[in-house]
Amino acid sequence: MDALLFLTFATIAVACAINLVLQTHPIASALSLVGVMGSLAVLYLLLGGEFIAAVQVIVYAGAIMVLFVFVIMLLNAAAEKKTKKPALRAVVAVPLLFTFLMLVAYLIQTQVPKGPGVQFGGFSGGSPADIGRALFTTYILPFEITSVVILIAILGAVVLARKEV
Amino acid sequence: MPSEFPIPIPPLPLPEAVPLAWYLILSAILFSLGVAGFLFRRNIITVFMSIELMLNAVNLTFVAFSYHLKSVDGHIFSFFVMVIAAAEAAVGLAIILTVFRNRQTLEIDEVSSLKL
Repeated sequence: MDALLFLTFATIAVACAINLVLQTHPIASALSLVGVMGSLAVLYLLLGGEFIAAVQVIVYAGAIMVLFVFVIMLLNAAAEKKTKKPALRAVVAVPLLFTFLMLVAYLIQTQVPKGPGVQFGGFSGGSPADIGRALFTTYILPFEITSVVILIAILGAVVLARKEV
Repeated sequence: MPSEFPIPIPPLPLPEAVPLAWYLILSAILFSLGVAGFLFRRNIITVFMSIELMLNAVNLTFVAFSYHLKSVDGHIFSFFVMVIAAAEAAVGLAIILTVFRNRQTLEIDEVSSLKL
């Protein structure tokens, strides 16, 4: 059952990611990205990360993607224009990426320890209580720095979006 | 009831537990697709979404290893990646708005003032 669920949602994620790359209109790409994020949230649940799965849906698929769609609508972005010849980077990238992927797959198959595998319910340390405990004890300093980073990001966004820039 | 089903369904040759390597390979595939989108697409918004796809692939690796090590640390890292991605999206989309306001285009090949 675990393997079936994994394969189902892994297929959805990969199909949506391929669709993201192949679509020329940004709105279609954005909706594909929402599909990837939704299926990744299911995989996080299978891995025992309830909090991360919820944050994935709320923050990523909710807030960030709404921001993307909002900007696409605001700028009235149209589909990409067709070009005569593909760019050099696109020609070089395909074999390089394929080689990279095969290399990584080989390394994973040979180097990753053969554990008992992932079964639903095998790890229950990803609940909001556990995350909160780790976040406010061990990781309190990164957590506080994060708030400064977000404050700077807000200020930067406001400054950049002013009329006069 | 499965026993009363007229045609017996043969059991699928699937493992009982999903190997950790499957999660890592899925993550590698998603990351490569993100890199491909980053290189192939010319719309600046789609390029930005490809970066988000790469961040998601890395998050999957963090959570998978967190399961493997039975430790919550990977979830914390993944949480921080999400927070930084939110900040990055806010600033990046503001930059995209500014670029569009100044140049009336979203094609990255046409934004080339820094090119020699």
